[in-house]
Amino acid sequence: MTEYFHSVTLDFEKCKGCTNCIKKCPMEAIRVHDGKATIMQERCIDCGECIRCCPNHAKIAVTDTLDILSEYKYRIALPAPSFFGQFKELENADCVLHGLLSIGFDEVFEVALAAEIVGYLVHQYIKDSKIKRPIFSSACPAVLRLVQIKFPDLLEQIAPILTPMEVAARLAKEEAVKKTGIDYEDIGAFFISPCPAKVTEMRNPMTTKHSAVNGVIGVQLIYKDIIKYIIKEKTQKVSSTLQKATKLGMAWGYVTGESKNVDASTTLAVSGIHNVISLLEEIERGELKNVDFIELQACIGGCVGGPLNIHNLFVGRVRLRELIKKCGSRPSYYTDEELHRFYTQGHYVSTEPVQPKTIMHLDEDMSIAIMKMERLDKITNELPGLDCGACGSPSCRALAEDIIRGIAFETDCVIKLREKVKTLAEEILDLARIVPPVMADSSKKTGDK
Amino acid sequence: MLNDSFRFTPHITLEFKIGEKDFFIAGESASRVKKTLQQLGMKQEIIKRTAIIIYEAAMNVAIHANHGTLKVYIDPEVISIITEDKGPGIPDIELAMKEGYSTASHEVREMGFGAGMGLPNIKQCSDELDIDTKVGVGTTLKAKICLNNKV
Repeated sequence: MTEYFHSVTLDFEKCKGCTNCIKKCPMEAIRVHDGKATIMQERCIDCGECIRCCPNHAKIAVTDTLDILSEYKYRIALPAPSFFGQFKELENADCVLHGLLSIGFDEVFEVALAAEIVGYLVHQYIKDSKIKRPIFSSACPAVLRLVQIKFPDLLEQIAPILTPMEVAARLAKEEAVKKTGIDYEDIGAFFISPCPAKVTEMRNPMTTKHSAVNGVIGVQLIYKDIIKYIIKEKTQKVSSTLQKATKLGMAWGYVTGESKNVDASTTLAVSGIHNVISLLEEIERGELKNVDFIELQACIGGCVGGPLNIHNLFVGRVRLRELIKKCGSRPSYYTDEELHRFYTQGHYVSTEPVQPKTIMHLDEDMSIAIMKMERLDKITNELPGLDCGACGSPSCRALAEDIIRGIAFETDCVIKLREKVKTLAEEILDLARIVPPVMADSSKKTGDK
Repeated sequence: MLNDSFRFTPHITLEFKIGEKDFFIAGESASRVKKTLQQLGMKQEIIKRTAIIIYEAAMNVAIHANHGTLKVYIDPEVISIITEDKGPGIPDIELAMKEGYSTASHEVREMGFGAGMGLPNIKQCSDELDIDTKVGVGTTLKAKICLNNKV
């Protein structure tokens, strides 16, 4: 495996080299060079903004396909809470869960159920920990990667609890071992994902050494099959009930669900990667010390806004809310004692602290870095400041940085290039006006006298 | 001696103008400088202290003075943050350095600023702090962070 694995990748054929994506990328990680976009691997946080904005659908998220199921003897589906918002007029979650069984899974385990455990663990952690406030949620991997690169100072304030996806995979596999007697290694757990960052998180987990998730399958890959099943199922009612999650866990599918579940005395929920960045900038300067818990979601609207979902985030949200209403209040699957045992035994605590990642340095040597910065400032001032993106870099400042880093030239700027052509043309014209002495007009010369 | 004074030290200076009640420039300049320091490969702890000083010092100018400037000078040994303003000056510096003491107007406090933590915060974050003030004329604040000594 290479050092950087990313789910978000470019479909080279489809990319027309337009510059829509370079402007939307919160990390300034995309450049358009030689007519095609390239993603700077070390900067990408897999937030999926570029997938959303590409008019040619040239940005894609690489996920696993159903083929991966054949590698395991016993296959468990882990549907994300937001998945249930993709279906129209659901009476209950069961038809979707049965639908998953119908396409080749042997069992289902709702991530919403694991989310309830995570909610409890974070709640207790906030209560017992003296750590600096606010404490941030750890559920969104794109946000974690953002903090790692841009806000390393805030890393220690991230709740050290695994993601609901990870907890679901571990619980589901442990239960399956008990139930079936099949070896742990032969059991596969597959997250049904609205999110490219979860694919990256499974391959290169940040908060644990190895992920218990064996594959991440994009919602769009199985959506049609589930719809077909639901339509068929309307005529032949399913009998057994599979749903175990309550509204608390199901609501993690949209923003505010998590903070409500965590239930600290002061909470805040923020969604959208650009909103998250501007909030974290304020927090870094010491704001919001009195807020206990902040839920941070890279996608606007939370996971229902995930780039791999089928429907518009508002459609997804209202459908999920309706479903939650229909499910009513039901007793929690895990008793308070069980939840408390998870907490006291230290289950599902992240074992790997998220490390800061320094990728912005101009140079290892501070003196050279300062000289480069001086040049960078100078070049920036000389550029037109239109931030048009026609050079393939997201802004004039970014172009200046690229020039310093040796991956771009000043003449990549169309305005600069035009200026240069103009100067050159004028010089040529001036030269053309100079007449060699042998060709000089003699009458004019005498006239001058 | 000539040689010495001509020895070249690479440095950069960032400048910002601060208008009266310009509450945005403090945050903006702190973010700009933070990004610059990150690119220079400064330690996280240094970046944090610098950002706090810039934010608080620029806020002080925006809240109390008529207008002013913020200059951030960076070389491999030191970061200097200098604000110069035309304004009322500080009549009693010792009092102003006390936590919780503030002369900010009611209006400013309503906005969530003026908690009387500005100067104490700046002092805590800087290695050297020098305030030169004339009542009725203005204030010059110079804060220094040394890069090569311990911690």
